[in-house]
Amino acid sequence: MATQSQSQFYSSLKKYYTFYTGGFISFVIIVAILEQMGVPNKILGYIFLAATVLLYAGIGIMSKTADVSEYYVAGRRVPALFNGMATGADWMSAASFIGMAGTLYLSGYDGLAFVLGWTGGYCLVALLLAPYLRKFGQFTIPDFLGARYGGNIPRSIGVFAAILCSFTYVIAQIYGVGLITSRFTGLEFSIGVFAGLGGILVCSFLGGMKAVTWTQVAQYIILIVAYMIPVVWLSVKHTGIPVPQIAYGYVLEKVTAREIVLNDASTPEGAKEAEVRAIFKQRQEAAEGKLKALETGGAAYLAEEKGKLEKTVADLKASSVPDAKAIEAAEKAVTGFPADAAAAKKAWTAAANGAKTKTAPIAAHAEPFAGKDEATRDKKRKNFLALVLCLMVGTAALPHILMRYYTTPSVKEARQSVFWSLFFIFLLYFTAPALAVLAKFDVYTLLVGSNFSELPSWVNAWATVDKTLMSITDINKDGIVQLAEITIGGDLIVLATPEIAGLPYVITGLVAAGGLAAALSTADGLLLTIANALSHDVYYKMIDPNAPTTRRLAISKGLLLVVAVFAAYVTSLKPGDILFLVGAAFSLAASAFFPALALGVFWKRANKFGAILGMSGGLGICMYYMYMTYPFFGVNAPLWWDINPISAGIFGMPVGFAGVIIGSLLTAAPNKEIQDMVDHVRYPSLESNTDTQAA
Amino acid sequence: MQLTEKHKQYWQKNLRLTGVLLAIWFVATFVIGYFARELQSITILGFPFPFYMGAQGSLIIYVLIIWYYARSMNQLDHEYGVHEGDE
Repeated sequence: MATQSQSQFYSSLKKYYTFYTGGFISFVIIVAILEQMGVPNKILGYIFLAATVLLYAGIGIMSKTADVSEYYVAGRRVPALFNGMATGADWMSAASFIGMAGTLYLSGYDGLAFVLGWTGGYCLVALLLAPYLRKFGQFTIPDFLGARYGGNIPRSIGVFAAILCSFTYVIAQIYGVGLITSRFTGLEFSIGVFAGLGGILVCSFLGGMKAVTWTQVAQYIILIVAYMIPVVWLSVKHTGIPVPQIAYGYVLEKVTAREIVLNDASTPEGAKEAEVRAIFKQRQEAAEGKLKALETGGAAYLAEEKGKLEKTVADLKASSVPDAKAIEAAEKAVTGFPADAAAAKKAWTAAANGAKTKTAPIAAHAEPFAGKDEATRDKKRKNFLALVLCLMVGTAALPHILMRYYTTPSVKEARQSVFWSLFFIFLLYFTAPALAVLAKFDVYTLLVGSNFSELPSWVNAWATVDKTLMSITDINKDGIVQLAEITIGGDLIVLATPEIAGLPYVITGLVAAGGLAAALSTADGLLLTIANALSHDVYYKMIDPNAPTTRRLAISKGLLLVVAVFAAYVTSLKPGDILFLVGAAFSLAASAFFPALALGVFWKRANKFGAILGMSGGLGICMYYMYMTYPFFGVNAPLWWDINPISAGIFGMPVGFAGVIIGSLLTAAPNKEIQDMVDHVRYPSLESNTDTQAA
Repeated sequence: MQLTEKHKQYWQKNLRLTGVLLAIWFVATFVIGYFARELQSITILGFPFPFYMGAQGSLIIYVLIIWYYARSMNQLDHEYGVHEGDE
């Protein structure tokens, strides 16, 4: 390998991955033939998941290495194009692959905050960080902080922040892995978590960054193919055009027209919708009435209500012609009755809130910041823009992404590589809004107005698998489906698209494999970041700078194992909402890293004290705001300027910048050596360079 | 080391390019986002304009910004003799 020139290496890589893509497509075709031969779906699901995980493990074994530079930065010879694909897979997590189209389906324009935030951030990466970090050329992001600001304190804060945001993020990924394996193989959630983890570990454990890089390229190819096929198919079904990204503008027009009809009570369909909403309104009021009575009457009221239900059962049984069905229903009501006041309060609050969401008219998909008055709209707009900014800046500060730009052969390729990264990410992100609109069109026109006796098969299939993803009940008992009678969970959109489009099960298996690839690749990158921060920054740079290579790698691998098992354990406890965990990671990274990194390159005067002040202040404010306002922690303090806890970075970032600037101006300018280093990273090549690059 | 006048010029040009591209980035994201409701009546390819920008238009601008930056900087490196050796 060492004797191979970079261009030979590049062309053989292209050959390998073309061959690989061909092989993968033939594999899918073989599974499709197996399906036609009558192999049951469950077996097909197993084949897909097992084959892909084995493939990743295979690449991991082939790329095993004992070389420090290969382990940490893939030998710095990953060509721009391939680094772009690897970054794409590293970047696109379970939240992008499965969650994003669903979020767009449910929240329309407002959901575009994620699309914008997760792509526009790359402009900041390209313009402000990637080329400079590549020139600096060491192993980790805390490395840069340590060298630029001097001393162990900036490095230690960097290590702490890197671990905090990567760990928050990795939990969301492992959660996604567990979800997919358990849904498609029927294994229990926690077993699914550990099975998926095995796949992650084989890869990064043996070959570090080198193995992770080549696996991520393979994973990108799987995930993009898996995402595109069903959407293209759905687009052909509804528009006849196989380019969904162009075709869906006119579908969106039709969806908007449909929303108006369904919201208009003077049309027959609109009247039916209004009828269902009125029933939900009654249910909401009934539940609220019971809650009020419970507050005043307490346990006595509860006992009285239960007594009434029991009396109904007795009456029914005593009647001259006992109605078996009615008795059964009444008995169910008695057994399902809440046991005590706390349980009753919980159940009835949930019932009231659940019904309340169904009483509102349909929100317009394309309308930005819809709200009943100017204040609500303003609040939505403010949070939309704040979230976009946090996600963008967070993108330009997440260590597992920035680290990828250490792996290119040159500054020039680092710049090109950011372009390829965003290009490959863009392919998926500009398809997701199309998928959401096409799926919505399908539901609004084909499902709504259809007969309950002849529902499409995917509706029943998903309704039996998971009630939170799909549930449908004939509320007004007219035998026709109304929109308000359908409840759809966001994750359903991507998972069920193959079936909505009428594709065979093999495509469903492919989508599952794609989702798994997305989650595994991100988890790989994150775990490696955490283990490297501990082994390289803490152990090698701070504890034992004379440690021999073999010990450094052994420690890194050991830590990887410990961190992975710990992360899987935390995940199996199911801590809260995936989308919040992901958003939190971005806000934390944006507050802790971005000011110190960007000013480190663009402002020579920034010094050690400023960095310490800025990083700890930004991170501190961000964590404080999340703790005080996110319901999970139970403090529930009032919001600052109505900003949601997910965008806590909006307060952390300015504090971070102010900290770096004020702290630096209060103390002496950094010494000549550090100022020279700043010049060194600003120019791709300077004569009499001080070489900061590690082998 | 002492930077030459030429080096300083290179950095100034880099800063100017970065500034202009960041301004475009800002308008494509935040200005359009802020005025989304006001721009709602404009239609493009069947989409309301703000929705189109959020779902596609701004993304394409981002890709172009990065492509243009990489191209111009790689040229600038050669022009000012600060490019890396080949391989």
